[in-house]
Amino acid sequence: MPVPILMPALSPTMEEGTLAKWMVKVGDQVGPGDVLCEIETDKATMEVEAVDEGTIGKLIFDEGAEGVKVNAPIAVLLEDGEDERALEGFDAGSGGPAPKADAPSAEDEAEPEEKPKTKPQARAAEAANDDDEDDGDDEPDLPKGAETANMTLREALRDAMSEEMEREEMVFLMGEEVAEYQGAYKVSQGLLEKFGPRRVIDTPITEHGFAGIGVGAAFGGLKPIVEFMTFNFAMQAIDQIINSAAKTLYMSGGQMGCPIVFRGPNGAASRVGAQHSQDYAAWYASVPGLKVIAPYDAMSAKALLKAAIRDPNPVIFLENEVLYGRTWDVATDPDFTLPIGKAKVIRKGKDVTLVGYSIAVAKALEAADKLAEEGIEAEVIDLRSVRPLDTATVVKSVRKTNRCVTVEEAWPTCGIGAELSARIMEEAFDWLDAPVKRVSGVDVPMPYAANLEKLALPQSDHIVAAAKAVCYSE
Amino acid sequence: MARTPQTRTRKAPAKSAARSTAKSAPPKVEASKEELLELYREMLLIRRFEEKAGQMYGMGLIGGFCHLYIGQEAVVVGIQAALSSNDKVITSYRDHGHMLACGMESNGVMAELTGRAGGYSRGKGGSMHMFSRQKNFYGGHGIVGAQVPLGTGLAFAEKYKGSDSLSVAYFGDGSANQGQVYEAFNMAALWKLPVIYVIENNQYAMGTSVARSSAQPELAKRGESFGIPGVQVDGMDVLAVKAAADEAVAYVRSGKGPMILEMKTYRYRGHSMSDPAKYRSKEEVNKMRAERDPIERVRLNLLDKLGATEDELKAIDKDVKAIVSEAAEFAQNSPEPDESELLTDILIEA
Ligand SMILES: Cc1ncc(C[n+]2csc(CCOP(=O)(O)OP(=O)(O)O)c2C)c(N)n1
Ligand SMILES: [Mg+2]
Repeated sequence: MPVPILMPALSPTMEEGTLAKWMVKVGDQVGPGDVLCEIETDKATMEVEAVDEGTIGKLIFDEGAEGVKVNAPIAVLLEDGEDERALEGFDAGSGGPAPKADAPSAEDEAEPEEKPKTKPQARAAEAANDDDEDDGDDEPDLPKGAETANMTLREALRDAMSEEMEREEMVFLMGEEVAEYQGAYKVSQGLLEKFGPRRVIDTPITEHGFAGIGVGAAFGGLKPIVEFMTFNFAMQAIDQIINSAAKTLYMSGGQMGCPIVFRGPNGAASRVGAQHSQDYAAWYASVPGLKVIAPYDAMSAKALLKAAIRDPNPVIFLENEVLYGRTWDVATDPDFTLPIGKAKVIRKGKDVTLVGYSIAVAKALEAADKLAEEGIEAEVIDLRSVRPLDTATVVKSVRKTNRCVTVEEAWPTCGIGAELSARIMEEAFDWLDAPVKRVSGVDVPMPYAANLEKLALPQSDHIVAAAKAVCYSE
Repeated sequence: MARTPQTRTRKAPAKSAARSTAKSAPPKVEASKEELLELYREMLLIRRFEEKAGQMYGMGLIGGFCHLYIGQEAVVVGIQAALSSNDKVITSYRDHGHMLACGMESNGVMAELTGRAGGYSRGKGGSMHMFSRQKNFYGGHGIVGAQVPLGTGLAFAEKYKGSDSLSVAYFGDGSANQGQVYEAFNMAALWKLPVIYVIENNQYAMGTSVARSSAQPELAKRGESFGIPGVQVDGMDVLAVKAAADEAVAYVRSGKGPMILEMKTYRYRGHSMSDPAKYRSKEEVNKMRAERDPIERVRLNLLDKLGATEDELKAIDKDVKAIVSEAAEFAQNSPEPDESELLTDILIEA
């Protein structure tokens, strides 16, 4: 029986690619490990190797064929003793090039992509139109007429660093694979070329060491940006972050400032298991002497990263890998920053307040859409920073809606939701019509299995259910 | 007074394994045809298993990170051949080969890769996190360098219990730069713990070559200041690995303390499945595969020197292929873990 050779995926999220080059032709004898062809996506070129042995009976796609779907047969292998006649009537299966129209916009297959469902930008603009008593938390972020460009979160973060490095020579970037590899998640793409190896520095895999060197350099007058490949690995360095970076100003009676940014992806990616899927927001948020930012959209991420780099204090900047490839309209003005510690009402509503940070905001917005269909108007707050935590904005909203659901991907115990509940109880107890509900990750290490991982993470349906529960509408 | 252990280098130090090992006189190792056939079989099983895993990743059956061991097979097969069944083994996320070499079942390993109930961690660990107490395989660790103190702790436990077992901690060239590695080295030497540190120097840590990350690129020397002897070995030659491991096992088991084996090896594939590997040339990879392949080397040795026949080797190929196909089948048909598994195994009921 001829064996079809299928188009492989380079990552869990790749849907199609280009068949760049055939390394074999019909009639060639191949064995396991022989390179058959090169396939290409916009990020990577990979070789496809044979797994079985046999003779190439047919090449289904020409060189250069674009939009070849993952798992579509690309060639047919004849087994020992077969010749072309075996191909007659043999159906390798379907899967031709995809129509151009639904080519995925994902520009990085290394991580799961979901298409943005809501445009916070548009919402901010809407919100700005109905002007009830406001003290800024739901004003549009951008001044009227400000120029924006549509870009990915990844590009926005890179631009923030690039602009700040241009602005201030003491700013430099250090971390694993940030320079020559262009960043493990391509966030620092192009920075080495632009600023050279003096300011964009590859480190060995030594988090505790280079975090300490970063803190020392900050004591010495530089402004380091230290990238952790992911925050899971910052646990190697957490002693330097807390004992050295966060506490020294206090211990020195105010002499020793530490202007440093620790940044990188935080929280669950996709199917990477327990040691690579933790959300550390609450950990760092509990430490006096740190500022902690966990943005959702690219516009605020860029403005806040710039603010973090300019800040004279140690700042933890928590990104989210799943969001890197999504696009938003982002301010191009290099002087535009946003204040650290200020939350934002990104969708107005009167019935219930949904409050979260980072990717949880996406899920809250999704839930708000679903709730709207059922006649419940949810107000959505993007915390943006978790330390300082903008209690005022949350309390103001809760005093209006009288109900609150907190959302986070992290574990529930001692989480941001727990902290918010306590503060709401302290400051808005008399306005509450129902106890605050927390939606969070399940209290277990992250499982690998696809079905269990889905169960372990909060989904928009959980938020919907919690919102209805506090509205007593079910 | 104890003899001062020192680092020995078996060959002229050089930048790449391609040059450094080619010139080295391989240590004299006698292996019978039967022994070599067995080593061949084990290496081939790992190779075919990994190729299949790569294919299944491409089909979307395996998720997340998946780090293949293709090219490095001689290291784990040679080392394991020198161990006794009670010796403990621990390694990083690049662990599929180690598990197979420890005698774990292909079915259970592959089913863990697909995240199914039939996997060694019942689908909860994934490619990077598998364990078998029964086979003395202690994982499968995702944090670079963490397994080095852990493996040292396994050795501590053996010494404490008065057993004569030892532990082997495998780690990469990149991991060799983590601080905790040196904290562990110090205590292992101080307390004369029975641990063999196997540095799998495949020359790259993701996209960073040893030359770009290490002030002392001869990793066998990394224990010198602690008095830990180190040997550099051609990790593409399973018999050289086995010979070095035999010596290390004898040294460590006799109570002299830890030892370092630096294995000069090479990974053919990217760091993980989504690594475009732009940091090295195709020529470099192709040359390595063509000239230094550990399996091909043994195959030729068997055919040319030990009188094995093509048919004998074909029979092994066929066997191995059948095992891997069955594992792939099993891994696809095993059900996903039951949803109740989400909340189990967090603490032991006390
Ligand atoms: C503490 C920590 N930092 C960073 C990473 C990300 N990471 C995973 S593997 C790897 C490279 C390790 O290279 P090496 O030790 O040479 O092992 P190899 O992959 O070559 O087997 C890095 C940086 C990690 N898993 N843990
Ligand atoms: Mg390596």
